[in-house]
Parts: sequence; C-alpha cells; structure tokens
Amino acid sequence: MAIRSFLILFLLFFLSSLHPILSLYEDQVGLMDWHEQYIGKVKQAVFHTHKTGRKRVVVSTEENVIASLDLRHGEIFWRHVLGPTDVIDGIDVALGKYVITLSSGGSVLRAWNLPDGQMVWESTLQGPKHSKSLLLVPTNLKIEKDNVVLVFSYGRLNAVSCTDGEVLWKKDFEAESLEVQQVIQCPSSDLVYIVGFAASSQFEMYQIDASNGELLKHESAAFSGGFLGEVSLVSSETIVALDSTGSILLTISFRNGKISFQQIPISNLVEDSLGPAVIIPSSVTGIFAIKMNAITMFIRVMGEGKLEVVEKTNHETSVSDALPISEGQQAFALIQHAGSEIHLTVKLAHDWDGNLLKESIKMDQQRGLVHRVFINNYIRTDRSYGFRVLIVMEDHSLLLLQQGAIVWSREDGLASIIDVTTSELPVEKDGVSVAKVEHNLFEWLKMLFFFLEGHMLKLKGTLMLASPEDIAAIQSMRLKGSEKSKMTRDHNGFRKLLIALTKAGKLFALHTGDGHIVWSHLLQSLHKSEACQHPIGLNLYQWQVPHHHAMDENPSVLVVSKCGPSSDISGVLSFVDTYTGKELGSLTLVHSIVQVIPLPYTDSTEQRLHLLIDADKHAHLYPKTPEAIDIFQHEFSNIYWYSVEDDNGIIKGHVLKSKCTGEVADEFCFDTRELWSIVFPSESEMIIASVTRKSNEVVHTQSKVIADQDVMYKYISRNLLFVATVAPKASGKIGCVTPEESWLVVYLIDTVTGRILHRVTHHGSQGPVHAVFSENWVVYHYFNLRAHRYEMSVIEIYDQSRADNKDVWKLVLGKHNLTSPISSYSQPEVITKSQSYFFTHSLKAIAVTSTAKGITSKQLLIGTVGDQVLALDKRFLDPRRSVNPTQAEKEEGIIPLTDSLPIIPQSYVTHSLKVEGLRGVITVPAKLESTTLVFAYGVDLFFTQLAPSRTYDSLTEDFSYALLLITIVALVAAIFVTWILSEKKELQEKWR
Amino acid sequence: MEKGKGVMGSGRRWAVDFSDNSTAPSSRDIPDPPGFTRASVDQDDSNLTRQKKDAEANWKAQKAWEVAQTPFKNLLMMGFMMWMAGSTVHLFSIGITFSALWQPISALQGVGKVFEPYKDNKVDLLGPKLLFIALNLGGLALGVWKLNTLGLLPTHASDWVSSLSPAQEVEYSGGGISLQ
Repeated sequence: MAIRSFLILFLLFFLSSLHPILSLYEDQVGLMDWHEQYIGKVKQAVFHTHKTGRKRVVVSTEENVIASLDLRHGEIFWRHVLGPTDVIDGIDVALGKYVITLSSGGSVLRAWNLPDGQMVWESTLQGPKHSKSLLLVPTNLKIEKDNVVLVFSYGRLNAVSCTDGEVLWKKDFEAESLEVQQVIQCPSSDLVYIVGFAASSQFEMYQIDASNGELLKHESAAFSGGFLGEVSLVSSETIVALDSTGSILLTISFRNGKISFQQIPISNLVEDSLGPAVIIPSSVTGIFAIKMNAITMFIRVMGEGKLEVVEKTNHETSVSDALPISEGQQAFALIQHAGSEIHLTVKLAHDWDGNLLKESIKMDQQRGLVHRVFINNYIRTDRSYGFRVLIVMEDHSLLLLQQGAIVWSREDGLASIIDVTTSELPVEKDGVSVAKVEHNLFEWLKMLFFFLEGHMLKLKGTLMLASPEDIAAIQSMRLKGSEKSKMTRDHNGFRKLLIALTKAGKLFALHTGDGHIVWSHLLQSLHKSEACQHPIGLNLYQWQVPHHHAMDENPSVLVVSKCGPSSDISGVLSFVDTYTGKELGSLTLVHSIVQVIPLPYTDSTEQRLHLLIDADKHAHLYPKTPEAIDIFQHEFSNIYWYSVEDDNGIIKGHVLKSKCTGEVADEFCFDTRELWSIVFPSESEMIIASVTRKSNEVVHTQSKVIADQDVMYKYISRNLLFVATVAPKASGKIGCVTPEESWLVVYLIDTVTGRILHRVTHHGSQGPVHAVFSENWVVYHYFNLRAHRYEMSVIEIYDQSRADNKDVWKLVLGKHNLTSPISSYSQPEVITKSQSYFFTHSLKAIAVTSTAKGITSKQLLIGTVGDQVLALDKRFLDPRRSVNPTQAEKEEGIIPLTDSLPIIPQSYVTHSLKVEGLRGVITVPAKLESTTLVFAYGVDLFFTQLAPSRTYDSLTEDFSYALLLITIVALVAAIFVTWILSEKKELQEKWR
Repeated sequence: MEKGKGVMGSGRRWAVDFSDNSTAPSSRDIPDPPGFTRASVDQDDSNLTRQKKDAEANWKAQKAWEVAQTPFKNLLMMGFMMWMAGSTVHLFSIGITFSALWQPISALQGVGKVFEPYKDNKVDLLGPKLLFIALNLGGLALGVWKLNTLGLLPTHASDWVSSLSPAQEVEYSGGGISLQ
C-alpha cells in the first residue's frame, strides 16, 4: 500500500512538474516526424564526372542554394543555402576541385571544396557602379603559376586567384556607360574580350590581356537600330543580337579587333512575319536559336555573316549549352515536346542533320515544359560517346535522362511553397468485397508471417537479446509502420493531407504520415495563356469541407491567383479536389482580387462562402449560387471588411452598401462604403506588420481562473487587428538609427468600429516585427536598440465589463449574460496587461500551436535565424509573472520573472535538423485534443506532432502493452494460487 | 464454519442446566421446605432487582453519554490530521478529507446500532443521540470545510465560468493587407 501511494505520488509529481520536457530519445526520431531536403529550381549545373571519385553535378538554384548532387541517385552530397539576398549569379568548377560561386550581384566570390562542400576562401569584390555580373573560369590561363577566375561585376573586371581568392589585377570600366553582355576568352591565347552595349545603340569591344589586365584594344561601333536583350555567342569572335524592334538579326563580328555588322531582317529568312523575336541564349558554335511567339527557329551562321534557317518548329523546344567532346567538336542537346513525350536529340554543332543521339521519353504531363537542359557525356564500354541530360521542368523538378529513361527525378518545386492548407483523408469504407479477400489471402499470409517475425524481434528487443542488426531491423520496422502512411482517416486525426501551392503553380498533396507525394497537379489556370500572361499563385483557401456528406463528397480547395503583378489585373480562381487532385473548374474573373475574405457561413453542400474584394472596392460573392446569396443577404448588415494600406499608412474599415451599379452589375457584386479610417502620420509612423487571429482558431473558454479562485474574463474577438508601426527612419537595417530617432508603436484595433483598444510605444526599438495573435493575447518580437538585444512582448486583453459577474448563485442559476452574443458597438471596457522579455534569437517566423478544442496549453513555435523551430511555452510570456510569485500564484503555474526568455535546447521541435531557408510554420489541430501537427516549410520541409501538455489523452507510443498484459496475467495467476493455498490451509486447520 | 458447528452439536452427549429456575412455576411441583415462606423472599428479591435495574439504567445512561461523546475525540483527531495535511491538493490531504467526510456519514447511518446496547425504557437516549448526531455533523462540517479549503467545492464564480465558451459575435470582419 505504501509503495503504491508513493508511486501515485511520484506519478502526480511527474505530471505536474513545471518544465515538461519535449525532447525525444534517439530512437524516436523519424517516428512521428519527417524531414525532406530540396534545392529549388536549378539555374545552372556543372557536371563533374572524372573517372576517379563519385560522379556528381554541382547546381545553383533560384532559392540561392548551391548543391552537389549524386549523379547516380540524385541525392544531395552537400548543400549550402545562401541568404535570401545572396542571389547566385554564376557557378563553375575550377582546378577540378573547387566550386566557384559568384553571388550578391557580383560582390561575393566564394570557393567551395568540391568533395565535401567546405568553404575554401571568400573574397568581396567592389566596383564603381552596378552592372551585370559574369563569372568566367578560363581554361589554361595562368598568372605566375596561379589559375585565375575572371569576374566582371560592378563595372570592373577582376582576376582572382583560384587558390586563395586574392585579386591579382582589376580593370575598371567606369567611364563608359557599358552594359556588359559577355566576357569571352579567346581560345589558345591569353586574350579576353569584353563585349557590351553602351547608350543602347553603341556596341563596345575591349580586348584585354588576361595575364596583367592591360587594355590592348578598344573599339566601338554605332548601330542606329539599338539592341534588344540577350546576345548569343556563335563563335569566340562573333555574337548575334537583335535590334530593338526584334525584327532584324545582327551578326557582330570583332575578329582581330575589327567590328563589323551584318544586318539580316528576319523576314528575309522566313516568309510570314510572326511578331517580335527573342534570342534564346546559348553558346553553341555556329548555331543560335530565336523564338517568335510559339515558333522556335534554329539558324546556322555561315561564313561572311550569312544566315540559314536549319529548323523551324512549333513544338516547345529547349537547347543546352555546347559541350566540347573532342578537339574542335561540340555537342549540344535539344529537347522538343510532342504530346506526352519529349524527344531528346544530341547533335554536333557543325553537323545539324546528323544526330548523335535521338531518344523519346515518356513524360508526366504534370511536369509541364522543359525549361532548362544541361548535357554531359561519358564514354561507353565500346569507346563511343554516351550522353546524359539533366533537365529542369516547368514545375521546377529536376530529372536525369540517360539511355532513354528517367534515371532519377527530384521534386524541387517543393522548395518554393507559397501557401499551405490541409485536407482530411477519405473515410475508411467498411465492407471489402470477397474477390479482394481471396486475392489478398496470400498477401495476408505473408503479412501474418511478417507480423509474427516482427513480434519475435520486438520480444527479443524487450528481453535485451537482440543483436545490433536486430535492433536496426526493429528500428526500421518502427519507422516504416504501415499504419502511419495509410490513405484513410485515422481515429486520432494524425493522418491528413497537406496541400501546398508552389511558385511554379503546381499543387502538391503531401501525406502527413511520411511526407510522400499523394498527387501533384500543375494548375492549368496558372499556365501561361493568351488571357493570362504572367499568372501568379497567391493563396489557398478551404473551399468545401464536407462533414455531413463525408462519405460521398470530396473536399476541395480554392486556389486564388492573378494574371500579373499589378493590383488591378484580373484574377483567376480554380477549384481542386483534394482526394484526387483533379481541377474541378477554373474561372478567369473579370475583376481583380485584392482581398479574399472567407466568411463564417457555408451553404447546404458545405461550400464556404467567400467574399472577394477587387481594386475598385467592390465585393464579389462566391460561390455564385442563389442559395449563397440567400445566406449572405441574411447576414448582410453584419459583414464588414478592412484594408491595411501599408504603403500610405492608412487602415480603412468598410461596410457593404448595396448591389453593384454600373457596368459590372450582377447579382453577386456589392458596393461598399468606407466606414472609418485610421491615418498614421507619415512623418512619424510607418506600418510594418499587421496580424489577426486565425479565423479557424477554437477557444475553449472566455474566462481565466487566476490565483485565489478569482476569475478574469478574456476579451475574445475575431475582429481584432494588431498593427505595428515604426519611425520611417528606423525602417531600414538595425543599427542605422540612434535609439532616440527610433520607436515602435503597436496598436490593437477593432476592425468593425475602428476603435483603438490599446496603444503602446516602445521607445528606442525598431523592426522587423514578427507577431502572432491568438485568443486574447498577442506576442511580438522586435529589436531594442538601447539594450542591443531582441525583445519579445506580450499583450493580454481582458474584458473589464464582465468582471463583476462574480455572484455564484446567479451563475448557478444561469442568470448571467456571459453567453449572449456581443457586438463591437457595445464598446466594452477592456484592460490590458503586458510584459517584455529579452530573447536571444532573431526570428524568421512565429506561430502558435492550435488544438481541436483549445483546452491544451499553448506553445509558441519560433522559427529561429538558425532555421530551426523552437517551442516556447506560453507561460513564459505571461504578463502576470513577477519576481516573487506568491504561493497561490506558484500553484497556478506562474514562473518567477526573469529578464530573458530561456531557450531550452531540448525544446527544439526540429531536434538536430534544420529547415533550410525557413519561411513559415503552420499548425493544424489533430482530433486528439492534446496533439497538434506542425509543418515548417522553406527550402526544406519538416513535419512533426507536438503535445504541448504531453499526451494526456492517449498512451505514448512506447507504452508497453506486453508488460501490462503480463502483469494482469501474473496477478490473476497469483490470485488463483493464493486461493488454492488458503483453501488447503483452512482444511488442514479444520482437521486439527 | 457451519460444518464445524454441526459437528459440535452432534457431539453433545449430556448437559447440565445451571439456570436458576427456583421461581419458575415448573419447580413448584416440589413443595417448599417447612418454615420457608416464599412471599418474603419474593419481596426481598424484587427490591434487590429494582435496585439492580436502577443501577444498570444509570450505568447505561452514563455509557450512552460516553458513547455520544466519542466523536469529539475523533473530531479533534481529524482537526489535527487536517492541519497536518495542509491546504494543497495531493493524495494525503484528499485521503484525510474523504475519511473525515466518510466517518461521520457512516456513524450517522449507524446511530441506532451504536445506542442499541443502551436501549432501555428507563433510559432517555434522546440526549446522547442528539449529541452524537451533532458532533458527527460537526465532523462532517469540518470535512466539508476542508474540502472547500482544498478548493474542491464549486463555491467560487470561477468554478461556474471556467468552461463557459466565448460569446458569439454579431459582426464579422475580414481583410488585411492586399494580396501581393
């Protein structure tokens, strides 16, 4: 008895311990979490396929990643994610062992060790003015036995030593307004040509001695027609350009420093005019490609500036750069689309009609067009050349083609997620047909066998008899767990679909169990078309979430996009079934979209009503059904909307007025009227952040019980907006203003009435501000210039007008007005409590856990600058913390006040992993109240389950059912044995 | 046990009845010895028994009062235990409190039984019973008070509003920074 009570006491103590430790054991990694590494859309690829060592390809991407990929499987050997401003301009391999990267607009040159990705050196290049930046790694160019890299950036040509990054010489081109186009190395000499345009109609050519940077020759020639865009290099001394109208081809030759133009109108080459042409940049000797609308033409440059069209095709075509294969010979790859196949052709540069290779490869339609092609060769066993081709598709995926097949593919579109939402999986349907059972009998037996084998292994593990191999087998079995990647809903709501919209306009459905792609769909509405020139995906919304018809209707999401970057361009809606990934329909709207407001009403088919606001401040209701309008009319007078105009510092509130009048009159369009506005003085305040509560957040209770059984009523309103403004001077980087010139003002604004509920000024502080709003509190992060530290503040809002609801009898009898609907116009009296703390890290993202009923305590999920996600208990950000809490407050769980927030290493939810390029964290409640699902995305993806107050409503995964069973059996056996013994003893007593 | 009794019953061969049945009518079959007058003895006897009965009644009344006062000791004991247990909710304090509640309740249920041995038509048990009940009620009150100090009784406003869901809002407002 004593032991039992002690045990229970111990258990209670354990459960109520103040710091719930979130850390995992080593063998729990990967059980509930998954991590996927991506690189983004490849911009440039350099193969490194020497005979010795592993074959690899070094790539740079649009997500500013440099990575070395295994050419055999597509896995990442090493990878570096540069900062968001550190855009990579060029990469190359030098000396066969260094990867040279030029980034940040040509100001940073780095060398990385090819085998392991360690940085060897870094040098910063400066220059007089901004210009295009070009990287050239010349072959066989040596200055004092030192291999050099030539970099043109900021109007200056630099020769940088390969071994240590030292600038050997530099040459400025500042005097001329040169727009550099190419840096060309003359083969078999130390000469370098720099060609470019000046004053839009002047062609400039500089000849430079690469060994010392001396200017040997400078020629320029004027061309009255001007130049357009890119140039194509057709030989080391000839380039092809287009005039400014895009109708005349210019062959510019600068042989021996003499510039000569050859003008050939495109109409001379083709009979029918097809509109302005664009040069497809390539570097194949003697051949270049131009594109006119949908027609691609390959043109051969003959001697004396003569041109000849060798091929004209209206298939989508991509060309690779030239690949020197043997002396004087260059090969290049050509990929053409034809229906569901792509045709890969490898040709020699001087021999258009002969093909080195011609293959057809079946291609998934959902990958779209081929955007980039990179070619590499290898020598087959019969000493002939084989070619492998790396292609980048429209959906940003990367594929390696070899011998007519896709060797591997990478879904790198997932590195650039724009928005994420979730969807439920299908409900498990009962009743499996007999045929299926018969068919599966064998499978079932096999499964049974595996099951038994697995249990034997587990038993071995528990009895500590397992060998290291067995332990590894057990671990892999735990990680695989057939249950977690099933395609049906589970009881606990852990299995869901994550629907992610990527920059490429592709929609992915990821399974939360193991992160595999369930389906992916390249949205037709986000495809370039006549009506929609530059479609941009904006956001995802849950369009239909069936609860009542869960068995026979599929949920769907709404993808909102628009046709171009300007705000008044027309919008596009598409609806996608989340079970199948089929696009149910799409609408190209006549109006623009500047706001999408999901309304809290659904129609009889459980489609959510959405209000779309256009640039002219008209509100459009979707779905366009009579039923929707009925529901909407019913709530018409209670619907408001607000706009935060951060560029001119105004927040405006609007109300719906009446049906639209004028040219866009239709039943679902409504005029709006401005109701209130808050104008921030532009000389002292500038909006830098605004945050509201998540509309689907569930709050369990309106009261907060504090020490001594007292109660405080939270001010819970969905119509609260947190706005942070800073002094316009202080909107730049940290450190550019003094604390006296800088301030941060935060507001809490009711968005129905425009009432400012709270305003607080932090003097000497500045942005960037990251904030999260939940229930009745907001937490924000900013920089304190006086303390030279980051700070986090919390504001909690309480409803003072309800505070006198303290009569127990009234509450017992239900004579109170706490549950009656409230209006913002009643203007309740509120009080706020706030507190600030120092915080060590700067932030990339901040979120808060959300659970199904909102009972479980909250944790802040902080995306740190180190690309990790840190879970911080909300109790650390409680404005009621004090230095010496009373006994009652301690019991309540109030932590003594400290000046800074603790960072407990075990509370990193990403444990040892990094979510490179972290951009956002979303949380989704599971059905189990204690648990929330966390998805962090950036270049990498990371998913895990969190239980902020531990899993109080379920047994943990490592709970030993076997031990429980054994204990029960042992107890029953003991009862029987002691009963028999006592019977015997009694009988003996009686015989005495 | 039943069997054992049976064995003993059947094993009885003979018995002596030691009861005094001199006054019983059955013994009147035998004539009184000469010079013996039964009347005087009877009188004496009745005097004696009356005295005896009075004494017994007194004793019973006294005992009943004593029994009635026993909860008081319990009360003190409980008070001490409660003081020892403190006012935080944990296993010990809960155990103490519930035993403090259970004891008076069970005692009150068995009020009749407790005073059964002292039942006599000459003894007035109402007083002791009332005292007993009052003391037990006192104990119960102590238990309830303790329960309240532990915060396990819904006597505060917070107990009634802690799970009250937030009130609905009449207006709905949405929007924000325009989509980029």
